[in-house]
Amino acid sequence: MDFELTDDQVALSDGIRDLCQGRFDIDTVRGLADCGGVDRRLWAELADTGVFSLVVPEEDGGVGLGWAEAGLVFEQLGRSLVPGPLVGTLLASGWTDDAVVGLIERPIGPALVEYPDVIDALLVVDKDGVWRVDAADLSFEAAHSVDPLTPVGRVAVLPQGEAVVDYCYGWANQAVFLYSALQVGLATGARELAVAYAQERQQFGKPIGQFQAIKHKCADMYSREEVARAALYYAGCVMDATHGPGLPAGPGDYLYFEGCTIDPGDARGDREHQVMVRAISGARILAAEAADHNGKDCVQVHGGMGFTWEIDAHLYLKRAWALTPCFGSLDEHAERIAAMV
Amino acid sequence: MDIRFTAEEATFRDELRAWLTDVLPTLGDPPDSNDWPARREWDMGWQRKLYDAGYAGINWPSEFGGRGSTPTEHLIFLEETTRMGAPYVGMNFVAQLHAGPTLILEATSEQQARHLPAMLKGEEVWCQGFSEPNAGSDLASLSTRAIRDGDHYVVTGQKIWTSFGHVADYCELLVRTDPDAPKHRGITWLICPMDLPGIEVRPITTVAGSSEFCEVFFDEVRIPVENRVGDENDGWRVAMVTFSFERGTAFISELLGTLNQLADMADIARNTSCNGSLAWDDDEIRREIGRLQAEYDALWALTKRVVSQAQRTGMPGPGGSVFKLYYADVKKRMADLAHRMLEREALVFGSEAGDEQTGGDMVASRLYVLSLSIAAGTSEIQRNIIGERILGLPKER
Ligand SMILES: Cc1cc2nc3c(=O)[nH]c(=O)nc-3n(C[C@H](O)[C@H](O)[C@H](O)COP(=O)(O)OP(=O)(O)OC[C@H]3O[C@@H](n4cnc5c(N)ncnc54)[C@H](O)[C@@H]3O)c2cc1C
Repeated sequence: MDFELTDDQVALSDGIRDLCQGRFDIDTVRGLADCGGVDRRLWAELADTGVFSLVVPEEDGGVGLGWAEAGLVFEQLGRSLVPGPLVGTLLASGWTDDAVVGLIERPIGPALVEYPDVIDALLVVDKDGVWRVDAADLSFEAAHSVDPLTPVGRVAVLPQGEAVVDYCYGWANQAVFLYSALQVGLATGARELAVAYAQERQQFGKPIGQFQAIKHKCADMYSREEVARAALYYAGCVMDATHGPGLPAGPGDYLYFEGCTIDPGDARGDREHQVMVRAISGARILAAEAADHNGKDCVQVHGGMGFTWEIDAHLYLKRAWALTPCFGSLDEHAERIAAMV
Repeated sequence: MDIRFTAEEATFRDELRAWLTDVLPTLGDPPDSNDWPARREWDMGWQRKLYDAGYAGINWPSEFGGRGSTPTEHLIFLEETTRMGAPYVGMNFVAQLHAGPTLILEATSEQQARHLPAMLKGEEVWCQGFSEPNAGSDLASLSTRAIRDGDHYVVTGQKIWTSFGHVADYCELLVRTDPDAPKHRGITWLICPMDLPGIEVRPITTVAGSSEFCEVFFDEVRIPVENRVGDENDGWRVAMVTFSFERGTAFISELLGTLNQLADMADIARNTSCNGSLAWDDDEIRREIGRLQAEYDALWALTKRVVSQAQRTGMPGPGGSVFKLYYADVKKRMADLAHRMLEREALVFGSEAGDEQTGGDMVASRLYVLSLSIAAGTSEIQRNIIGERILGLPKER
């Protein structure tokens, strides 16, 4: 056992961090809100770096890495608040030729689709499989998103679309994993911002980080983040060990999420799949809560500044909120785990 | 990152499992928790069995009689012994995990030869005499005084919270040898035999009604200078040196015992009625069980990360302080959940079929968890450590 990043993994993570800091500095990121969340030129740079084809085998033109690596990369993207339909585009890579791909579970009523102005296609996941809907076939009604970096549009009825695969569970699991990775990154970014402010802001003649109420809040932020990170890396390793790197495994992968008529008490699948599913759902709960709590604590540490548009704290929190209600609520993930205890 | 165990690690596990399968059924029933002579016999007997099988001092270097295992093997050892319900390290805790490592790193060869083999064979119980009534979190302000008189130190003062003080043969004792020096610079580390004249041990009754720790009074106790470990006034460094022995394994038995307990709790929930229906049918109870499992799984993953970092670099990663802080809170939530299910039965010790070894008695456990955020550095002190040493926030003073 060596559950520590390899040199290659450190280099990958650092490389993506540098790319994000160089190309997606916070002014650029904020600017993306004015163009629907995606600038095609920057998006192409992410694609060229291999961000979306990470888990596509080399012989199919991908990078040929595993989910553990995909987790590291998405963690860095989250940390830098890189917007856009990152998860959908990665999952679609190797299956469709679209450059910018949204992702959604098929809702029972109208759909709120993210990044409506920039997607080429939308992947719709339901219990019968995964479907591609061409953006040209979607008509959006305007909606005002709480997160400026996650614009949304309302679609009255989602078209059925053309079938990509006839099973959904593997895709859903992988989406959940990647959302979790983004959220661990958000939790990290929010904690870093809070700690930096705690060191610099002075009140009562000393840095506020010297007050325990603030210092201990920062320590709790770090703890949540570290525990969530461990859960995330573990889930990535289990995914790789369970069916190796590569795109969605077969129908055996079990996920309970809204719209899927699977009894949460019925933990199907062999033991290995159960271990994997439990790891993914666990990472999901911890990452989502770390991102949410760290976002709120980051606002609090900033005082009045934290309540302003100008300070980035709200961007971490809002993104955390945008990513949570996707592919199962946290309660559903908790149910899924409980069924295996 | 690879969470899979290597072939050698798997062999280590298989051999250990085979041995445990043979030896555990021969142990008989664990003693009553208030029967101290029987507890001593049980804990020391287990240590002797470990010694005979070559598992004693699992993480001690082989030149000191240990097995010299890697951190990962240590993790496997703790994982298997806990899963299979082997006795916990118990009153051998200080000798195996603190005093022994300190002697290995700092003691003279005479001191090592005198104590290390006896510790490994389960012939010496040690206790830790660090905390005092006025020196807890601020340990370095300790004031138990040692005055040099020829080839003895004459020690007068008081220690408190000394776990197993009433059954210990030796104490790793921190004393003040220079009251005028800055507080970290006037402390000395002594090996104190607990049968010396002038030592009085008074057990303290805990919130659980048992006496796991004691007050220890020293009245002009004469301790030979040859019992000093390290230089005079260098005891603070000697006391801290054991941290370099820590490889992220400290809470493994505790965590895995808790995982067993959660599985027991899920069983109880599936079979117990609560407010007139099955506890398991209560959404909140079921989901909280799922969440707790997620958090323990994550803490287990965190432990593996810290151990892997120790294996690579010789030093555990920062996850260790995070673990203790986080774990204490989650474990309290689990105890509260158990009590929601047990309802009024939660007023009675051992009312549900509990297994002491795995901490299965949830009523006792609810009390025990209160100490998790106090012993070995309170949660507030852990937060200071994380804030200052890991995040670089300014120190208080
Ligand atoms: C079960 C158990 C077993 C133990 N076994 C041993 C043993 O074998 N040997 C031994 O030497 N000791 C032992 N201890 C003692 C333990 O190490 C101390 O209890 C601990 O270090 C806290 O010290 P204290 O009890 O004096 O509390 P105090 O230090 O008085 O703390 C009281 C409260 O004030 C808070 N506080 C103190 N300083 C600060 C600060 N700077 N910032 C914020 N908050 C602060 C604490 O967090 C705590 O909440 C044991 C304790 C327990 C509970």
